[in-house]
Amino acid sequence: MDKYKELTFEEAMEKLEEIIGKLEEGDVPLEKAISYYQDGMVLSKICGDKLNHIQEKMVQIMNEQGELVPFDIQEDEKQ
Amino acid sequence: MTEKYLTVTALTKYIKRKMDMDPHLRNIWLKGEISNFKLHSRGHMYLTIKDDGARINAVMFAGNNRSLKFKPEDGMKVLIRGEISVFEATGQYQLYIQQMEPDGIGSLYLAFEQLKEKLRKQGYFDQQYKKSIPQMPNHIGVITSPTGAAVRDIITTIKRRYPVVQVTVLPVLVQGMNAASSISKAIKKANEMELFDCIILGRGGGSIEELWGFNEEVVAEAIFKSKIPIISAVGHETDTTISDYVADLRAPTPTGAAELAVPSQYELLGKILKMKQSLNSLISITIKHHRGNLERMSNAYAFRYPEQLIRQKEQELDKAKERMDRAFQLIVHTSSQRLSNGKTRLLTQHPKRRLDIATKTLQQLVKQNNQLMKQYVEMQSIQLNRSMDKLTLLNPLEIMKRGFAIPYTQAGNIIKTSTQIKQKDHIRINFHDGIVNCEVLDIKEINDG
Repeated sequence: MDKYKELTFEEAMEKLEEIIGKLEEGDVPLEKAISYYQDGMVLSKICGDKLNHIQEKMVQIMNEQGELVPFDIQEDEKQ
Repeated sequence: MTEKYLTVTALTKYIKRKMDMDPHLRNIWLKGEISNFKLHSRGHMYLTIKDDGARINAVMFAGNNRSLKFKPEDGMKVLIRGEISVFEATGQYQLYIQQMEPDGIGSLYLAFEQLKEKLRKQGYFDQQYKKSIPQMPNHIGVITSPTGAAVRDIITTIKRRYPVVQVTVLPVLVQGMNAASSISKAIKKANEMELFDCIILGRGGGSIEELWGFNEEVVAEAIFKSKIPIISAVGHETDTTISDYVADLRAPTPTGAAELAVPSQYELLGKILKMKQSLNSLISITIKHHRGNLERMSNAYAFRYPEQLIRQKEQELDKAKERMDRAFQLIVHTSSQRLSNGKTRLLTQHPKRRLDIATKTLQQLVKQNNQLMKQYVEMQSIQLNRSMDKLTLLNPLEIMKRGFAIPYTQAGNIIKTSTQIKQKDHIRINFHDGIVNCEVLDIKEINDG
């Protein structure tokens, strides 16, 4: 099921919803249904893994030179 | 004695008339602060206008206050046009307000309304131009002040809900003279960077002056022209700016904007779990369905009693064969009948019969012919004899025998007149039994007419 490895999280979610939609339509030939099911399980695992192993991304800010640099929230200052 | 005393009503009416007659009180321009504001359920507004030294009761009837472009509140400084009169029932003079607008920010307020109307006409707020906000963005641009509660609320909310998303702050001035140009430049810059799939534009709450940058036309234009969808969150829920109208989505607060911008990780996990469950139940339903079909089919009559099926077919075959034989016999019968009919008809047409008839006809014709021929020959011979007799009578030799001769010139031409010859010409005279050569002695013409 390498074919789904390259998908982004959003694409995988969309694909998963699509597969469930197809299964819900009913009247799916058995082989097709099983293949949908297998794909669906793989996709749900991919999506879950992606969410669970999220690397928290740094927040950045554009400085006066137009460069993106790490940004720390200044908790003490109030507007 | 009692005539000295006035009734309260009369006095009040008198005072009222005095006031009503004073042209200065008919058209008053007043400035002050609102207090004791009360909106009656029937739509009239009752309030007190005061300043440091005095206060006056005021009423603004529903008919007048319907066109107010702001909500009057206690403490609000206002500019009023109205008139003074007396409310007889309580003996109170009061101000009847015809027009009212916020003092100080009145001109800003007007500008806001004017710009809003202009942009609405230009379609800046039309639903058809609203871009949809991506459900799961990869990179969000936050255009706000780098300091203060707004940026902190936005970032912490985003990170709590959806840590996978990248956030970049584009710092801007959110108040003061240069706020509008700073904000609009940042929006353009964000579009040029081509990093973001969503922008949050916002700042914390503040007075109308402080929020003013978000009401400027350059900002509205930058938002409208942005290719990236923009969520606007300016001030608190009650503060509405032009930016909020133009933006693709309006959030009540900066935190709200962050919630609208990203999905919740936990919600997503729940959604995945739910989808997994539906996958499982769907596949078991499908398998059950197919198994049911299989069982139904294997229980079918044909599968249980296959020999029954053959027996029936055997019978059907026999019946078919019988039918075929019958049909075949019928065909043979009719064919042989047609054959014998044909034979009879053929015999009547046999050539010998026709030959006999022809021979008979021929014999008759020959006989007839012979008879005719005989008649013809007889007739001809009679005719011939008759002709021969005639011919004999006409033969010149016969005539010459009776004493006639024929004279010829020397050249051999028959001489028919005396003018054909001259004296001394030699002529020849043919008789029936010889020729005499002669010389012409004399010619005499006979004119007997």
